[in-house]
Amino acid sequence: MSERRVGGGHRRPGSGGFERWAWFFMRISGVALLGLAVFHLLWMHFAIGVDNIDFQTVVRRWSNPLWRLYDFALLAFALGHGLNGLRTVIDEYVESPGWKLGVKTAAALIGFLVGAAGFYVIFTFDVPVS
Amino acid sequence: MDVTFTIRRYQPEVRDDPYYEDFEFEAEPTDRVLDCLNHIKWQIDGTLAMRRSCQTGICGSDAMRINGQNRLACKTLLQDVGSEVTIEPLMGYAVIKDLVVDMDPFFDQFRRVKPFMMNEGSDPERERVQSQEERERFDDTTKCILCAACTTSCPVFWSDEDYVGPAAIVQAHRFIFDSRDDGTAERLRILDDAEGVWKCRTVFNCTKACPRDIEVTKAIAEVKQAAMWGRV
Repeated sequence: MSERRVGGGHRRPGSGGFERWAWFFMRISGVALLGLAVFHLLWMHFAIGVDNIDFQTVVRRWSNPLWRLYDFALLAFALGHGLNGLRTVIDEYVESPGWKLGVKTAAALIGFLVGAAGFYVIFTFDVPVS
Repeated sequence: MDVTFTIRRYQPEVRDDPYYEDFEFEAEPTDRVLDCLNHIKWQIDGTLAMRRSCQTGICGSDAMRINGQNRLACKTLLQDVGSEVTIEPLMGYAVIKDLVVDMDPFFDQFRRVKPFMMNEGSDPERERVQSQEERERFDDTTKCILCAACTTSCPVFWSDEDYVGPAAIVQAHRFIFDSRDDGTAERLRILDDAEGVWKCRTVFNCTKACPRDIEVTKAIAEVKQAAMWGRV
């Protein structure tokens, strides 16, 4: 079966564009998180072992820039995925426009602070392996 | 068999609030729920208001909540729902009386996706030829009877009456994937909207509710793909 190209013009600015990319991001980040989070869990629980996790574990882990990149991806996808999910939940459950704006602003602020703290730690953490 | 029908009544000319009323009578297990409702209306209480027309599962008039699930009363046998049956109107639309809801918003959304063949350019001199594969592409969504069972089972629609809803997307799908139609870009533009296909959360209630067994969620996913990548 041949594919038909749709005539141009449907790439327009506006709410549909944002919602379209938000939907796409949820798919991409969902698949990425499945791999990232499961591997993180297996690594910490079985490769290292929960009883052995201490500050030095983090120091050794972040002495490798690839692990920092891994944790950055985990934080970025988890935060983005979670916040966008929260946004849709607020859209559906908070009816009053005033409350909707207030709750969304609060969620965005908390998300920004959590993200900023996480990124700051990941990229400025500088403790030599002892 | 002895059956008890508990029906959610709303009679605005008699009392302001809705209430539940029990009706007990004898029926055959092979009777349809619609036969029972007709029995109640004709033999017990003539004030019961409900919609039904063809009574053979084609017109889509008698969609209602039967034991909590959206179904057509004319396609539901008593033996499949038991002897104690709760009947309620569809959720999400204003109830006018008893089981009759205001379907105007439903048909407003239906009209929004332009559910008709659109032709750009001059009319062809002969019929538009379509291969079996091209017809098969949208065969499933041609089965829709506009009963609103899918839309009124959708939790996103319950919380947002502006959401275009699964039924309208099914109707759009029927034309978007029709090789003879020229309105694909326009319909995708309409559905590529905050209140369009992106509102769908893939809950699958619509697929479960459809009395015509249309794979509604799959159809919505196909429209999302088309809107995302701009091709069908």
